[in-house]
Amino acid sequence: MDATHKKYLRMNKLPHIWCPGCGDGTIMGSFIRAIDRLGYDKDDVAAVSGIGCSGRITGYLDFNTLHTTHGRALAFATGVKMAKPRLKVFVFMGDGDATAIGGNHLIHSCRRNIDITAIIFNNNIYGMTGGQYSPTTPRDKYATTAPYGTTDPHFDIAKLCIGAGASYVARGTSYHAKMLTDLIVAGAEHKGFSVIEIITHCPVNFGRRNELETPVDMLLWQKDHAVRMAKAEKMTADELADRFIIGELHKADIPEYVEEYDRLIERVQRGDTGRG
Amino acid sequence: MANAKLLQGNEACVFGALAAGVRFFAGYPITPSTEIANIFARELPKLGGKFMQMEDEIASMGAVIGASCTGVKAITATSGPGFSLKQENIGFAAEAEIPCVIIDVMRYGPSTGLPTKSSQGDFMQARWGTHGDHAIIVIAPYTAREAYRETGRAVNMSERYRIPVIILMDEILGHLRERVEFKEEDVVTVVDRKGPAPGVPYLPFEDTDDLIPPFAGFGDGYRYHITGLIHDKTGFPTNDPETINQVMRRMNGKLDRYRDEIVKVKYVDVDDADILIIAFGSVARAAEEVVRSMKKAGKRVGLLRPVTLWPFPDKEIRKAASGKKAVIVPEMNLGQMVREVERAVAGEAPIYPLNKIDGELITPHEISDLIKEIL
Ligand SMILES: Cc1ncc(C[n+]2csc(CCOP(=O)(O)OP(=O)(O)O)c2C)c(N)n1
Ligand code: SF4
Ligand SMILES: [Mg+2]
Repeated sequence: MDATHKKYLRMNKLPHIWCPGCGDGTIMGSFIRAIDRLGYDKDDVAAVSGIGCSGRITGYLDFNTLHTTHGRALAFATGVKMAKPRLKVFVFMGDGDATAIGGNHLIHSCRRNIDITAIIFNNNIYGMTGGQYSPTTPRDKYATTAPYGTTDPHFDIAKLCIGAGASYVARGTSYHAKMLTDLIVAGAEHKGFSVIEIITHCPVNFGRRNELETPVDMLLWQKDHAVRMAKAEKMTADELADRFIIGELHKADIPEYVEEYDRLIERVQRGDTGRG
Repeated sequence: MANAKLLQGNEACVFGALAAGVRFFAGYPITPSTEIANIFARELPKLGGKFMQMEDEIASMGAVIGASCTGVKAITATSGPGFSLKQENIGFAAEAEIPCVIIDVMRYGPSTGLPTKSSQGDFMQARWGTHGDHAIIVIAPYTAREAYRETGRAVNMSERYRIPVIILMDEILGHLRERVEFKEEDVVTVVDRKGPAPGVPYLPFEDTDDLIPPFAGFGDGYRYHITGLIHDKTGFPTNDPETINQVMRRMNGKLDRYRDEIVKVKYVDVDDADILIIAFGSVARAAEEVVRSMKKAGKRVGLLRPVTLWPFPDKEIRKAASGKKAVIVPEMNLGQMVREVERAVAGEAPIYPLNKIDGELITPHEISDLIKEIL
């Protein structure tokens, strides 16, 4: 392990609990390189996570870390950011965490455009509880709660967040590790609510049941199905049908929530109630 | 706050909280607690504090805990349905020992119930609403004046002990507007949570002699981990039976250690009473009226009013109730506090529950009728 990793990890908490070949470790590596590039002081970073395999990441990161309840990481993080705006707040969630039980908090965080960077580990499955289908499991996939295949349609997380008003939305993968670091850096530097959806692999609870026997099979699947934005623009809908686009998908310059509230405080303290 | 004011119970809670240093509120509108959110929204920005209307009560509770993690004093307010929704995160605050205050202005009934009617149906939920063994403090004011002072005390206790504190109001008290004359004893002093000692390594969940680990706010230069998983003194998850036992006993043990500071009971004519009424919140107002009118009629009736509901004032109740001809427990529910009274009194006096569940306040008349029946 190199010095950069050592600098940001709680070495005495390793080895981590993730299964061999899991994408979560790769994502943690990309995140650490992003933080290093951002140059943030470790004391100024708050890392907040939900419950799931992905949620365990906060235990290993040497920042102010908060491992919350299932689905609620964004709610806790909103309180952290509002109460102490100088903190750089990152939120780590699983796909179930973010879009099932926590879906309401996700769309409302997008709407508020609060300056938080949300990193969603989309492995298309409930990893921690043993492979039940999630709102992002595609149709006709197998899960412990879908022994005959799924019949539920699934969410496109990035689209959902763009629709809900997030001002920065990107999609990366656990295969394109360098690109992921770039996306996290850009998301963090963007003022407002940033979402980075990461297509990642759970070999144990998704791959094995869905004809992607090994972690390598899963990574190759990502490589074959991911299309960069520039290329996608030249492709037809048919060509894109079973693929997904990676890179920066959406960026908007809109007012940020904490700054707006601080302006309100300043105005009220001047005696200006805004009613003229 | 030295002069007379016309205050609603809900309003008084807000000013008590602000006096104790609360600077963050997150909530979701719900009758009959809504005025609390409205007034915080108006007052907090004036003080540089922050108000947030969240997407639901679960988020509100989460945001309150998040704000408190940075060292800012935080509060939320709700009623029945919202109180139920908050429970999982209240358990998180208990397990992670994050100071916070939750005001529950009780309405009648389970589910949506009767939004505009009063009850005391959340007595047990306030103590046991979240799963698992946990420390929690519950207090119940009975006037607007006391709502002010006790909300201040709630904030202070939560900061000092690192235990979530619940204030049980009820619709009647929340909405009642009354003249409040603040006196010297109503001044809310500000108590801050204990910080880390300088020069020694920081253990966020240290087994200190006082059982209360020092608190460092996020961003204050101590990087540590907060989790709802059972954790050791460093804050990291543990599965070690010995550690689990030690940590959980310490956390829950705070209630025993500080019980006498936390428990507050008010007595009216208890010592030479033949009949003792035990009542809290709005019902205690009716009971006070009964004590007065009975006295005029030459009958010796006393009132014991628990201001702290949990930890339950069992010692005090046993002492006051022993040898009485009757102990009457009027409640706006089907009998929740009476179970605790029975446990406390342990057969030392006959106990008569008086329950009303139609959303209306128990009247002095109904209590005196029962007394006359007994006598
Ligand atoms: C309120 C609540 N409901 C259910 C659970 C059980 N649970 C723990 S993790 C999890 C799903 C995790 O899936 P995901 O969010 O996709 O994260 P992953 O493990 O795949 O990283 C569930 C259902 C819980 N901890 N809390
Ligand atoms: S169950 Fe899946 S997501 Fe969880 S650690 Fe194992 S491989 Fe990773
Ligand atoms: Mg998942």
